[in-house]
Amino acid sequence: MLAKRIIPCLDVKNGRVVKGINFLNLRDAGDPVEIAAGYSDAGADEVVFLDITATLEGRKTMIDVVNRTAEKVFIPLTVGGGISTVEDMTAMLHAGADKVSINTAAVKNPELITRGSDKFGAQCIVIAIDAKRYVVNGKNTWRVHINAGKTPTELDVIEWAQRVEKLGSGEILLTSMDCDGTKDGYDLELTAKVSDTVNIPVIASGGAGTLEHLYDALVKGKADAVLAASIFHYGEFTVKQTKDYLRDKKVVVRT
Amino acid sequence: MNGKIVVIDYGMGNIRSVAKALEKLGAVVVVSNKTSELNSADGLLLPGVGAFYQAMVNLNDLGLTPVIRNLMSDGKPLLGICLGMQLLLSSSEEGDPIGGLDIIKGKVVKFELSKIMPNTKIPHMGWNAVKQKPGSKFWQGIPDGTFYYFAHSFYTKPDDKTMVAGTTEYGMEYASVLNYGNVYGTQFHPEKSGPLGLRLLQNYVELVENVSRK
Repeated sequence: MLAKRIIPCLDVKNGRVVKGINFLNLRDAGDPVEIAAGYSDAGADEVVFLDITATLEGRKTMIDVVNRTAEKVFIPLTVGGGISTVEDMTAMLHAGADKVSINTAAVKNPELITRGSDKFGAQCIVIAIDAKRYVVNGKNTWRVHINAGKTPTELDVIEWAQRVEKLGSGEILLTSMDCDGTKDGYDLELTAKVSDTVNIPVIASGGAGTLEHLYDALVKGKADAVLAASIFHYGEFTVKQTKDYLRDKKVVVRT
Repeated sequence: MNGKIVVIDYGMGNIRSVAKALEKLGAVVVVSNKTSELNSADGLLLPGVGAFYQAMVNLNDLGLTPVIRNLMSDGKPLLGICLGMQLLLSSSEEGDPIGGLDIIKGKVVKFELSKIMPNTKIPHMGWNAVKQKPGSKFWQGIPDGTFYYFAHSFYTKPDDKTMVAGTTEYGMEYASVLNYGNVYGTQFHPEKSGPLGLRLLQNYVELVENVSRK
């Protein structure tokens, strides 16, 4: 049976991890390659690098990071942040990334999804959706935000999720902007709605504070995978603890 | 002397990861699409991410289809990974019709799981268990039921079921590992499956060395 995936996410700026990692006993706690290798050894099922660099120079650094990661880390790697052309995708995938995650560029230019999918296969194309909740007539709805959440769009998250599936996306990385950073748990209603609507895997993101939150996202939220940053980076829980907890609660995870 | 493994570079996907994994295991790795390199290899590795049709067009354009077929009939080892395994079959339902390498008789078909199991996601993406057919050296040192990393929407149906060396459950049981003589195929990515993925690649490297010594 397909296992539910546990995915640590690293924010990378100018080739360095920006949030503190102090529990893996790394020689260089700022090096994304070292950290990704540490997570791989710890049993993580995939690793995501989110490039938050704004400059062209920084992007080149990211390609170097991906290159070095491919030499040391033998689990799937997704790279997101600033990917806006097929050439950007090609550079990352050739450097050794397995998937690219696209957010703003997909909204501005949906055809990019199809072009990437036709060229590299749907399994390479992850669409990241930043969702913000709006209450309309007493009911929850969610709208897509772009530019790192700063810019709201008119797009309804559920409709956009359906559309990106049709356009050729192989996976959705769904972040609740309302929950992100709160440590109060994932947006289960949103996650379940998107997961029920599409027939591609959904990665839940935003709000993890406890292991129960991860369990809820996978079971109540029906997510195929959970992404988390701070609970792993600050050593609150290890990946192994997480998997032991989930296994005890009858969730299938990779040993 | 370690065996030379040629990773066939035909413009389809993540070649770097698998080459780096083989290097880490001590193999002499050459990434190439030249006939002379393929002929001088002790073993071949056919990677592949993307679509069946485009992959076969690329292999045909490079003139590699008959080269690979001839080397296979001479008993040269080959490991096909993901799409690289699917190309070993006769044909695929994916995209426009085009002949495969036809080394393993059978076809590649799409998961039609909505009828069997509602809410089953396609692609089949993530880590899943592989049930081993016992007795193969390919599985040496690897526990039965080990999880491997998959990312695919189509699967292989070989005509001869004795060529199935491992199976996986995803709504139904399907062939996730094939073996015919010295030809092997994994639907999953051993180069992305952690230590036990590397162990499987190591078994292939050893097999190549054993064959080249004979």
